[in-house]
Order: sequence, then C-alpha cells, then structure tokens
Amino acid sequence: MRSKNPLRFIYATPYAAWLLLFVLAPIAVIVYYSFFDLSGHLTLANYRNFFTSIYFKLTLSSFWYAFLITFFALLISYPTAYFLTKTKHKQLWLLLIIIPSWINLLLKTYAFIGLMGIYGPINGFLEAVGIGNQQILFTDFSFVFVSVYIFIPFMILPIFNSLDKINPTLLDASKDLGANAWVTFKRVIWPMTTDGVKSGIQVVFIPALSLFMVTRLIAGNKVMTLGTAIEQQFLVTQNWGMGSTIAVFLIIFMFLIMILTSGKKGGIIK
Amino acid sequence: MRGLISSAFVIILVSGLLLFTNYQLEHKTGRVGKDTITVYNWGEYIDPDLLKQFEEEEGIKVIYETFDSNEGMMGKIEQGGTAYDVTVPSEYAVQMMEEKDLLLPLDFSKIPNVTHIDPYFMNLPFDPDNKYSIPYFWGTVGIAYNASLLEGQTFESWESLWDASLRQKLILVDSAREVIGVSLNSLGYSLNSTSLQELKEATDKLETMGPNVKAVIGDEVTQLMINNEASVALTWSGQAADMISENDDINYIVPEEGSNLWFDNIVIPRTSTNVEGAYKFINFMLDPKVAAQNAEYVGYSTPNTAALPFMDEEITEDERFYPDEKARENFEVYENLGLETLGVYNELFLKFKMGLR
Repeated sequence: MRSKNPLRFIYATPYAAWLLLFVLAPIAVIVYYSFFDLSGHLTLANYRNFFTSIYFKLTLSSFWYAFLITFFALLISYPTAYFLTKTKHKQLWLLLIIIPSWINLLLKTYAFIGLMGIYGPINGFLEAVGIGNQQILFTDFSFVFVSVYIFIPFMILPIFNSLDKINPTLLDASKDLGANAWVTFKRVIWPMTTDGVKSGIQVVFIPALSLFMVTRLIAGNKVMTLGTAIEQQFLVTQNWGMGSTIAVFLIIFMFLIMILTSGKKGGIIK
Repeated sequence: MRGLISSAFVIILVSGLLLFTNYQLEHKTGRVGKDTITVYNWGEYIDPDLLKQFEEEEGIKVIYETFDSNEGMMGKIEQGGTAYDVTVPSEYAVQMMEEKDLLLPLDFSKIPNVTHIDPYFMNLPFDPDNKYSIPYFWGTVGIAYNASLLEGQTFESWESLWDASLRQKLILVDSAREVIGVSLNSLGYSLNSTSLQELKEATDKLETMGPNVKAVIGDEVTQLMINNEASVALTWSGQAADMISENDDINYIVPEEGSNLWFDNIVIPRTSTNVEGAYKFINFMLDPKVAAQNAEYVGYSTPNTAALPFMDEEITEDERFYPDEKARENFEVYENLGLETLGVYNELFLKFKMGLR
C-alpha cells in the first residue's frame, strides 16, 4: 500500500464508505435488534422462537414457493432468451420484455386482481371454451403465476446476455464434428450459459423468498412467506426483535444461496 | 468516461433544480408558514368540501395527508419530521400514543362544540375523561353479505360462519384481533381476553373454519364485494356502508353474541406547531352541521348527537349503523392488551393463516 499511489486510497473511500453505511451498518443494526425482546432486555428468546414449529414451517413453505417460482421462471425464460438471440431485432424484442419491469409492482398486481376475477377476462375465456368459471384468484396457482410473471424479465436478461456472447463459430464447429442439436446444446450451449442461469436464479430465488404484497393481494394470505412474517412483526405486532431475527435468517439463507450458485465458473468443459 | 461524467452532472443538476422548485413551492403555498395546519387522517375519511369551507371561514390553509394503518401513522409521528397538527388514531392507538408521550392534553375551553358529543361515547376506558382525544367516528365489526349469491343464510349468530354451506366463500379481514374476536365472541369470551387457555380454545375453533375461508385480505374486500366476486365478508361497519351504497344486494349484520365497538378519535400530536389552528379545526369538525355533512359523506356513524337531526332519517334510523342502546350492551371496546399479548394474538393468527388451503 505504501509504495503504491496514495491516490488509490482516496479513490476507494467513497466505495468503502458506501459499503459501510448502506450495507454493513444496516445488517449490523438488524443483528443488534434481533437480540432484544419487547421490553428491551437482551435475550436469545427470538432465536429460540424462530425454531418453533410456526417459523420452521414458514421457512419451509417460503423455500418451496420460491423454488416453484424460480423453476417455472427458468423453464419459460431459457427458451425465450434462446429464441430472442435468433431474432432479427433482438435488442428491440428484449426491450419489449424488459419494459413491464419498469411498471410499479403494486400496479401490476392490482391489474391481476381484475384479470383473474370471477368476471374477469381469463374466466370469460374459460367460459367461452367450455371449461367453465373457475376460482383463480386466491389459489396457489395464481400466486405462482403472478410471481413468475413478475420475475421473468430478471431471469431472461442474464441468460440472454450469456447466450448472446456465444461465438457462433463454436456451434458450427460442434456441428462439423458430428454433434446433433441435443448434444450441441448439452455439451456446448448449456455449459457456456450456466453462469447466466446461476445469476438468473439468484435474482429470482432470493427476492421470491421475501415477497410480501403479492401474498396478500393474489394469494389472500393463504401463502405465507418470510417476507410477510417480517412485515407483520414490524408493522402489526411491533416486535422489532423478532422481525429482525427473521430478517437475520433471511440474510443467512441468501448468503448460502449466493455461495451455492456462484461456484466454479465454466461448468463441465474447461 | 466523459459521457458518464457529463450524464452524472446532468442528473445532479436536474435533482438540484427539482429540490429548489419544491422548496419554492412549499414556501409559496405556506407549507411551513404560520397560517397552515397539517391534518393526518385515514384515507377517504373526510368530505373534502369541508376542508375548503374551513379554509374559507378561518383563513387557515389545510395540508391534508392520509395513512392506512395506526402503526404506520404512529411511526411517522414518532420520527417527527412533519409537523402534524391533527391526527385520528383508533382507540388502542390513543392509549399507545399516550404511553409513548406523543399526545398533547386537550383544553376543552377551546373546543366549545365538544358538548355535542353523545355522553355515551365520552370517558371511555382507553382515555378516561377524554384527556387527549375526542371520538370522530365509531362503528362495529360484523358480517357483510350478498343475499343474491347465497342460499338464504342470515348470519344472526357468529356460528353461522362455520356453516358448511359457506365453503370457500368467506373473506376475512387481515387483522388478528377481529378474526380471533369472532371465535372469542362465539364462545362467549371477552374480546379483550388475555387468558392463554381461552385464546387457545378460540384459535382451535377458528381452525375448523379454515375450509370456509376464501381469502384473508385488507381493503380490497370492498371492491370484491361490490363486483359480486365475493359473497360473505367479515368487515367493519363503515366498509360495509361503502359496499351497500354501491351494491343493493349487500346487507350488513352484527351477530347477536356481541361485537367490537370501535372508535377513531381526534387528537393533537406532540409534533403540532400550530396548536391554536388545530383547536379551531377540531371545533369546526364538531359543529353539528359540519359533522352531519361529513358523516353522510364518509358513511361511518357519528358520535355527534346534535348532528343527527341534520342527517337523512334513512341513515340515522338504520339499526345496522346506529344500533340502539340495548344492542350496544353486548359491544366491547378494545383495550390495549400490551405488546406481549398482541404478539400472542398475532402469532396465533399467523398459525391460522398458515393452515389455510
């Protein structure tokens, strides 16, 4: 450090200050609060409470729904991103897919209440094709559907970028060497896009764990997530200690997921 | 790099300009001046014409902001920042704000119109002698139902919510005390019960209601009921009044076992910088004619007896929203149970919601 340019230190200061103020300090405050009970005594009771059946079940169900959301988002996004790279005006198509993510989440969610209602257009269609009126709103299906819709742009973007970077000559080479389409995908395309898929999973799975407005508006609180529980603890119960404890666990889970999804680069072939 | 720097510069310039304009506007409209008061109220909870009338009569400009939960409102008052002069907490929130020393004691000599309030609604346990608060509106918790979508159920008893004919039809409000309260009421226990035994019994019973529950939501229920999307809802009387005014098939009933009697109350928070203006505003709102106009607009029940003669008889003689004193005997006002017990209620409610399918 001493021998290096002293300016380097100065250049780094804003970033260091930013990390300290807006990343480390808030986490420290959350951890600090998690050790206090309602009357302000230092305690581990919140952590003990977290391991009771309610919160354990809540964690499991959060993970299950986050998994479902990520799975379906990936299932839809990968082929979409693939075909996008094949289109003529790919940047324009990509933009059209990204634009909905600029609209406020709450507005989109409210729109779905209308769309999925008993007298909404989706049920109108089901009626017309003879399936008949269904209760769509306030079901597991509606929750996963709306969440997948919300997260798709975030999944498509990194996958699209990694697909787009693939040098087309590699695919030609694969073909020349006798690989059929499936083998080319399995041995060439997929390994080169795993990084995109991993970052897609990160940006979907982690926020999906803590979704909260959608659980009430679309699932009618029949689906509960850790995010809902945190919101309730802070706003209704006013037990900041317990809310912080759940948040601490959420942060731990996020770190674990980051570690799991950011392993070695490059995949199978080096 | 140069492009980045210049665009960063443009952003900073634009933000600075906006900040400056905002500052100018606030000063021009007198937002921080002496002749303004800031009123912090629930959404859709006042006739906006009355605000104009007050401004004209008193020459005081009203800045009007709204909130959607007591907790959110208290949070903002506690932080300070905005100089709220008048706000409208529910009864348990009055108690919490008093404990946190967020309220100014009221000087009744500056509110002569307070005499119009029905003595029945004064001096209640959450604020003895009305030291800090005056009731603004009151109401009950009951069942709103759409007879055209049902098969003749009438809901005279809370027990009817457990009836198998309501499978996947019932909408509950996302609030622990109201929902557990249904069960407590049906078992004949107090709505302010703190006995773990009673609460356990109540939530066990509540869990058997699970198959009937279609959703647990907030204010969205009003629109769902109006659009015939839902047929039965546990709701507050004022919300039911909104539904009824838009959809003639909807009715509201308070089951006979009893219900919660709730109040929203005018208070002056400690953040007030124009206390005199706040008193003028409170006194204005308690004027019989003003209160009558306000109650007709908002749809909740007014505690102002002198206002009743100015209102449509159809409203004031409606037993659903102005129950007589005999019916009120079974009503119970929420007490502040303390954060510990509130936590118990909410945890039991969370467990109930997680069991829903």
